[in-house]
Amino acid sequence: MGTVVLLALTGLGLGALYFLIASGLSLVFGLADVLNFAHGLFLSVGAYATWWAGGRLSGPWGFPVAVLFGVACGAAVGGLVELVLIRPLYRRPTEQVLVTVGLSLAGVALLQAGWGADPRRYPSPQWTQKVTRVLGADVPNDRLLLIGVAVVVLAGLLAFLRFTRYGLVIRAGVENRAMVSALGIDVRRAFTLVFAIGGALAGLAGALGGVYFGSVSPGQGASLLIFAFIVVVIGGMGSVTGSAYAAVAVGLLQQFVNYYGTAGAGDICVVALLAVVLLVRPAGIAGRAAT
Amino acid sequence: MLDVRDLSAWIGGSHILQGVTFGVEGTGVTALLGRNGVGKTSTLRAILGELPATGSVTVDGEPVLGRPTHRLVRAGLGYVPEDRCVFAGLSVAENLRLACRVPDPDYDTVYSLFPELRTRARQRAGTLSGGQQQMVAIGRLLLNPNRLLLIDEPTKGLAPKVVAEVTAVLAQVAQRVPILLVEQNLAVVRRLAGTAVVLAAGRVAWQGEAADLLGDADRTRSLLGVGSTGLGRGAASDAPSQSSRRGDH
Amino acid sequence: MSQSSSPAAPPVPETAAPPPAAGTPYASPARPPLRRLARAVLPLVVLVVAAVLPWSTVDIPGVFDGPLNSPGTLQLLALCLVFGGLAAGYDLLFGRAGLLSFGHALYLAVGAYGVDILVTHAHWPLWAAVPAAALGGAALAALLGSVALRTTGIAFAMVTLAFAQVGSILTQRDPGGLTGGEEGLPMDGSRLPGFLVGVANTVNLYWLALAFLAVVAFVVHRVDRGPYGRVLAGLRDDERRVAVLGLSPYRFKLVTFTLSGGLAALGGVVYALVVGGASPALAASDLTLSLLVMAVLGGPGTRWGPVIGGILYTYLDQRLTSLGGTSAIRHLPGVLRAPLSQPLFVLGAVFILAVYFAPGGLAGLGRRGAALTRALGRRPVPDRATGTTDATGR
Ligand SMILES: Nc1ncnc2c1ncn2[C@@H]1O[C@H](COP(=O)(O)OP(=O)(O)OP(=O)(O)O)[C@@H](O)[C@H]1O
Ligand SMILES: [Mg+2]
Repeated sequence: MGTVVLLALTGLGLGALYFLIASGLSLVFGLADVLNFAHGLFLSVGAYATWWAGGRLSGPWGFPVAVLFGVACGAAVGGLVELVLIRPLYRRPTEQVLVTVGLSLAGVALLQAGWGADPRRYPSPQWTQKVTRVLGADVPNDRLLLIGVAVVVLAGLLAFLRFTRYGLVIRAGVENRAMVSALGIDVRRAFTLVFAIGGALAGLAGALGGVYFGSVSPGQGASLLIFAFIVVVIGGMGSVTGSAYAAVAVGLLQQFVNYYGTAGAGDICVVALLAVVLLVRPAGIAGRAAT
Repeated sequence: MLDVRDLSAWIGGSHILQGVTFGVEGTGVTALLGRNGVGKTSTLRAILGELPATGSVTVDGEPVLGRPTHRLVRAGLGYVPEDRCVFAGLSVAENLRLACRVPDPDYDTVYSLFPELRTRARQRAGTLSGGQQQMVAIGRLLLNPNRLLLIDEPTKGLAPKVVAEVTAVLAQVAQRVPILLVEQNLAVVRRLAGTAVVLAAGRVAWQGEAADLLGDADRTRSLLGVGSTGLGRGAASDAPSQSSRRGDH
Repeated sequence: MSQSSSPAAPPVPETAAPPPAAGTPYASPARPPLRRLARAVLPLVVLVVAAVLPWSTVDIPGVFDGPLNSPGTLQLLALCLVFGGLAAGYDLLFGRAGLLSFGHALYLAVGAYGVDILVTHAHWPLWAAVPAAALGGAALAALLGSVALRTTGIAFAMVTLAFAQVGSILTQRDPGGLTGGEEGLPMDGSRLPGFLVGVANTVNLYWLALAFLAVVAFVVHRVDRGPYGRVLAGLRDDERRVAVLGLSPYRFKLVTFTLSGGLAALGGVVYALVVGGASPALAASDLTLSLLVMAVLGGPGTRWGPVIGGILYTYLDQRLTSLGGTSAIRHLPGVLRAPLSQPLFVLGAVFILAVYFAPGGLAGLGRRGAALTRALGRRPVPDRATGTTDATGR
């Protein structure tokens, strides 16, 4: 029982991490039709920014402030990338993908140039290293932190999409971008916004991923990104709730199969799940809808 | 009010419009007619900047071609696309709210024309009937002040009774705003339109009083390829079958 | 429904010149016979020159560390040639068929690990292991392609990426001790024919790599020239038009995917022989991204662009690392020095610039340069579209 609870919560923690990455990716994709390979870079930026600030701040509020700094950096990089690099290439989807590919290669290399290829120890606060007893299992607090944050983010995102003007524009734009323009709305501003939101959430994932993995390294974003892509496809591109379901499924599947099967089998099961979903429901769980 | 001169447009490298020239008066309904696939929808999209186009388009003397779509719409060109394009995942109220771009949207007019939109405010637009969706699509334009409405086949796929309703509404709307109307149902055209513009082979083939066109069965048949019922929807496209070309990016 | 909303791109007025047959920008019937002959013969001349290169003892300081016939230089050149061929094979998908695959590394890895495992673990003779590995790669491509090609555009890109990830995981996890895990699997040299083993025989590996490149170039050439290539170009431009002709886009795409996968596996085989083993980096998504960068830098859809892109990229990737240690770089201030010593930073940045400013890649630049010289010579210039593609079709 204890093992199952521990595995479930660890899987959910991993799913939470995937969700943070995938939800932004999915919105960017759904609204702007951009397959963003640079999303992993946003994550790494958030992780390194948090690591950098965390090493300089102390006290009980040091870490949260560092995380905020990481999120802000992720958002800034995301918004800037859209404004400077992606925007001139709308209507040229392949070129957009290519630019994000180049950005991910160059950006990771840049991080490597700055801080080396080796993992750096992460300034996680003490309490995240402790465990909490849940249903007879000693669950590390970092997993609970991830799950809690992901739930808050999910609720916040859904509220944003449902109750704000920009949320309305994004939901409509995911359905039919051209028609949003034809109502007199400059849909590109919403593009910048979703890139910034995606960057912020990826930065948050990077900041909390550092706690989860105990270290940061330049390539961390890229390896998480692949599973986030899978989550996006399974969940239905453009859908936040779809991403949430898919992230939970992928995280749990990966964790349980990796534990009870041989190492790596879980990752392969996830890809198999992707293949099955594609064959059965090519549009993903949620189809095309933002919430 | 709207002046289109020598408008050429391309889709995926095919030269769809090859020098379309016509004007729209400041009042009433101007019908844009032509066989299936001749480029009526493309004309509206080119005017609105959704297609790459050359030539000149002026609204009240002001050149607008090449401006982003949303600017044109903000300048007072309202557009109801062919497939209505209401947002299926949004509620009726949200569809309307999205379209508001002035501080005091004219909900009174919209609800007086379409009372159903008030009662169905919370229903998802995707679950509405075709006629109701058309009401959302027209209603959301009337929330804002417009100088000209571009409406593409508002009666397409609707039951005869609903066609009559939509036609009646358009007649009311046309008393306030001029309309450039693409319509295949010639009965509707006869009821609404003062002038008519007929496209063929990427150009304007005929232009004049709508009554002159519809009153002359031979002319109607030769230009539109249909009898006066006007409900024929041929499958074959008569568009100039230019070999498609890829444009340089 | 998913029409683009952005304001009109600058209109593209048609010129009087007929559109180029996409994908075969060089096969213009209007070309004078002399030039046509030159185009046919030039590759053969280059091939012969490349083949006799190892007999040269010329030393090009700065470009290579040793004389041309030194083993180190020959191995670097062999690696460049392998990637030239791999990039050209990848471009069958990207530049010809407009399929944006992010999982090409998988087939490369199947070839490399396949031959390595068959020789080292299963003790097969090389002549049997090579076709087995290459055909294995093609078969896997056919299988996975049949699933992945049910999607299009960006979903296709993601699915191929995910499939390749399995390969990457397998190579790292070392199932059954087969792949050697993170360390990779060195080839058991004692089981290879003598002429492929040892520093003195590097020249044979060089020729092997050259032969591989020639095979790929030949296959790509046949594809371009044949009716099949024209269908591919049609697919890339507008899938519906091909479907209207009564041809199944799916079947054509699958055949291309399989062919391209087979060539990648063959390239993997040659790679494993050249470097003496296989490593997990071969299966990583970064490798596919590199192939994409090579193809785009060289000029997707052109005959020699991807080959040149692959050779140059590999050369720079290998050399920039050592360039980081040269005095020119060492004396730069730290802000500049650190990034410039990262080959991927330089290549990634160049790549981004190329996407904006040289959409046809090197080949496009060359063609534009040629057009410029011809224009200056006041001769009429046929207008040619670049081979840029819209692979993520909507
Ligand atoms: N996305 C597209 N890709 C390729 N060709 C297109 C596309 N959209 C329209 N066309 C072609 O452009 C031509 C004009 O189309 P358009 O929709 O403007 O015609 P229409 O007059 O509105 O027809 P209908 O009466 O059927 O609505 C047609 O021949 C059509 O096949
Ligand atoms: Mg139409």
